[in-house]
Amino acid sequence: MAKRSPKNPPKDPSLAAEKRRRAILLYIPMLVLAAIFMFPLIFMFVSSLKPDAQILADVDSVRAFLPVGDISLNNYAGVFARVPFARFLLNSVIVTVLIVGLGLVVNSMAGFALSRMEWSGRKLMLTVIIATLIVPFETIAVPMVYWVSKLPTLVWEGGMLKYDFGWLNTYEVMIVPFIANAFSIFLFTQYFSTIPVSIDEAARIDGAGWFQIYSRIIAPLSGPAFATVAILTFLPAWNAYLWPLMVVQAEQMRPVMVGMQYFFQLNTAWGEVMAYTSLITLPVLLVFLVFQRAFVSSIAASGVKG
Amino acid sequence: MKRTGRTLAAIALISAVTLTACGRAGEGTGGDAEAGGTTKVTLWTHSAGNEAELEVYNQIMGDFNSSQDKYEIVSESFPQGAYNDAIVAAAASGDLPCLLDMDGPIVPNWAWAGYIQPLELPAAVTDELLPTAIGKWDDKIYSAGYWDAALAMFARKSVLEANDIRIPTPDNAWTKDEFDAALRTLKAAGYDTPLDIGAEDAGEWWPYAYSPFLQSFGGDLINRDTMLTADGALNGPEAVAWGEWFQGLFKDGLASNTGTIGNEEFNRDEVGLSYTGVWNALGSLDVVGDDLLILPPPNLGNGPKIGGGSWQWGISSSCTGAALEGAREYLEFSFKPEYIAAFADKQIVIPATEAGTGLSEYFKADGVLRPFTELTQFAVLRPETPAYAVISTTFQTAAMDIMNGADVQKTLDQAVKDIDADINNNDGYGFN
Amino acid sequence: MSHTPTPQPASAPGPGQKGPAQRRGKRHGRAAAYAMVAPAAILLLLFLVIPVGLAFGLSFTNARLISPNPPRFVGLANFIRAFTADPTFLRSLLNTFLFAVVVVPVQAGLGLLLAVLVNQKLRGTTFFRIVYFIPVVTSIVVVSILWRFMYQPDGIINSFIDTITFGSWEGIAWLNNPSTALPAIIVLSIWQAVGFHMIIWLSGLQTIPEELYEAARMDGASSWEQFKNVTWPGLRPTMIFILVTITIAALGLFVQIDVMTQGGPVDSTTTIVYHAVRRGYREQQTGYGAAISLIFFVLVLIIALVQRWLTRDKD
Repeated sequence: MAKRSPKNPPKDPSLAAEKRRRAILLYIPMLVLAAIFMFPLIFMFVSSLKPDAQILADVDSVRAFLPVGDISLNNYAGVFARVPFARFLLNSVIVTVLIVGLGLVVNSMAGFALSRMEWSGRKLMLTVIIATLIVPFETIAVPMVYWVSKLPTLVWEGGMLKYDFGWLNTYEVMIVPFIANAFSIFLFTQYFSTIPVSIDEAARIDGAGWFQIYSRIIAPLSGPAFATVAILTFLPAWNAYLWPLMVVQAEQMRPVMVGMQYFFQLNTAWGEVMAYTSLITLPVLLVFLVFQRAFVSSIAASGVKG
Repeated sequence: MKRTGRTLAAIALISAVTLTACGRAGEGTGGDAEAGGTTKVTLWTHSAGNEAELEVYNQIMGDFNSSQDKYEIVSESFPQGAYNDAIVAAAASGDLPCLLDMDGPIVPNWAWAGYIQPLELPAAVTDELLPTAIGKWDDKIYSAGYWDAALAMFARKSVLEANDIRIPTPDNAWTKDEFDAALRTLKAAGYDTPLDIGAEDAGEWWPYAYSPFLQSFGGDLINRDTMLTADGALNGPEAVAWGEWFQGLFKDGLASNTGTIGNEEFNRDEVGLSYTGVWNALGSLDVVGDDLLILPPPNLGNGPKIGGGSWQWGISSSCTGAALEGAREYLEFSFKPEYIAAFADKQIVIPATEAGTGLSEYFKADGVLRPFTELTQFAVLRPETPAYAVISTTFQTAAMDIMNGADVQKTLDQAVKDIDADINNNDGYGFN
Repeated sequence: MSHTPTPQPASAPGPGQKGPAQRRGKRHGRAAAYAMVAPAAILLLLFLVIPVGLAFGLSFTNARLISPNPPRFVGLANFIRAFTADPTFLRSLLNTFLFAVVVVPVQAGLGLLLAVLVNQKLRGTTFFRIVYFIPVVTSIVVVSILWRFMYQPDGIINSFIDTITFGSWEGIAWLNNPSTALPAIIVLSIWQAVGFHMIIWLSGLQTIPEELYEAARMDGASSWEQFKNVTWPGLRPTMIFILVTITIAALGLFVQIDVMTQGGPVDSTTTIVYHAVRRGYREQQTGYGAAISLIFFVLVLIIALVQRWLTRDKD
């Protein structure tokens, strides 16, 4: 492993100074990078306080990042006047929470069965999952629309439950197709397969069923994998745009990203766009702050093996 | 859920998935269910987020609903940028409402596909409309609109006079040489890029704004006699001349392909001429005042041309029975002069009827935006063929490539190839 | 022809060939396994396999999104058109691979660099982690609009370069120049996503036991030696994960193109997914778009298999 070298670790008073110098050397690049990564949020937020003409005039100078000139909350007032923001937000929260929540259960169960149990069809399913890891949604959107418009559904009509066809204009059409996720299953499979099988064997001798092993033993050991999948599925669910646009027609069901289009009229209302995007980015940042700790100590060595 | 749908269904069946074969248990969520004697008529607009336009629609629908008790209009509005995607998806899955608005050039495509049906409004209504506010296919009227838009050259009188540039009129527009000379004069006078042509925009703006230049040169997007090929029209010598000229504007620094969408640059006096739409006129009038000139586009050889055809209303084929009658009644009701004038003044677009024009504050005989109504005589419709969907994106790409310095003849030849391939794939769209 | 090319379940070895005790347990578990895998399997079948199968079937027809004519079987005509009569498609192939070839290593490398930086035992690293992650959680649509502003000739990027070169810089229109448009999109894409991979590298770094570093330091290893001999070997599994995720994202490049350049100038930024959407949806040539998608699936599958083979090898 590490090479041997005769040098001794320095142990003299200059150590503290050395340490400080090293810290400064590290802080400088970190701060520069922070500036580079921060500016969209700053630009977005600062611009959300300015009138449109000023945003466009400021864009070529450092003023773009400073709250100078004609500052007000008018754009926010404009946003609330133009779109039913609370409704859009609620829709996005419902859709995202269900996709992430149900996805964690469904995909982790599948990952468990794929990694820790023997059954015929297992290899086939693994192959299908590997093969479909990379199917950009855009490329199957058209057949998908047609397909969901033909799926059966239950409707309450005239006091009884009836069959009908067509999922368009429902919440389920925004949620159900995205619960099972090949990539999430893949991640869970990889993670679970790093936990020693002997645990299962011991538990089975104690009389535990497979589902109990999954829910009481393996899942609690896999917090990082769950956190990773949660974040990975949260972002696309929150940012969903093309799909809800195509399959949901009622305004009361639209999610936040579709709402953004309300501001692109003949001439874009840039200030309101920035105010709106500030409002819809904030929840994502909050979620990340909450999950950050679990996420950072996640996937790791156990994460993925080829 | 018609044609493409049916194939997809066939494929689905071959896939041994038989869910679609099952019958429907009840009359489910159809759009036009009867409720207590009144028939609901569904309506979609592209106006979400556009308060001014929605206000007028809400007014009309409210008036109509309270004027009688046989029908009730139920509306849903979509943001414009998302509307076409939403509506194409709805069409493909057979989920269209009774009444819907659509951009003019797409009407033939929809009529050909059988998604919309002839309007069959009384001739008294449709005869009054500007020819470009009507969408036709196969000699039948499929759509009608309350207004049309128009593009013009915006200029400052003081600037033209100071530079000894002749002020053109609709009868005597700038010639190509005059126009080019004017641009060079303005550049010399200190305007970095004297013409704002709007090239930073994308999408349908490109064919809408720039194919009229092509037509003014004598070329076209397709051979309109046969509608079977773009060969000769889009890659002939006139089209190449257009391409060279268009490319030159950017190469010589007379126009820029950056900047912001809208008319800000002109309002700030950073450009001398701005080729833009009537919808920006009021904003510029506020800033420039009396000095503002609304001029015809240049005559590049074949007379000045501008694009015609804006948002119009149609009735989907799935609309039948009482709902269909309600839809027609509503449309007829909606073409009242006061509504047309309201659209014109709220949206800043050109009223489609004489009566509406008379009531409009901005477009009446002594209205400040009157010059636009004179420009509608130059309006050319985009080709009324179902191939337009492909023509539009192909022209866009070709024109952008030309702007960016691509070889003009080669680019146009490839565009012709792409358009013709699509027409052939569709057996000529019924033209042969 | 109508289904995805999934083989029949033949090759899966029967599970119960070992000891009798195990056999009992395994057989017992079979019902449980099916129960646990069923929800995911059914959902994947309905919403992934079948739509892909539909696309597969459509690719051999001249189907249109909107058309009164029933689609016709046209054999391989769509595929032949893609490779012989549609130069934009070929350019899309090239661009997509160029993009991936640059983005995959650069983004992985930068991500690692950032991870090492924020893994130092210093105050405030949590703050920096969050800051570097901000672009990831900002909608890519918003990010693309913003960068389009900044890439203008008089935009902030040109004026910044102008400042640091003391005015010797001629502003260029990054997105309107065929030779700079793709690089400009590469830079933006890396900037947007690198924070995500930083976090993943970081999680890998933190699982390397501190004792290994202590041992290395006792041996007098320099920082570089520690990295080479302790850190890097410990990161191997993370690296595979990172390569897979970046490759997936890079090959599916779409939104940035759609918002910023629409494939131009002169086809210099068109990508396969963008081209498939354009032909298949915007131009309504459903059959042809499906054929492009199918070609894409096959290519990506090959890449995935190669990647798996390369990374499995030494494990």
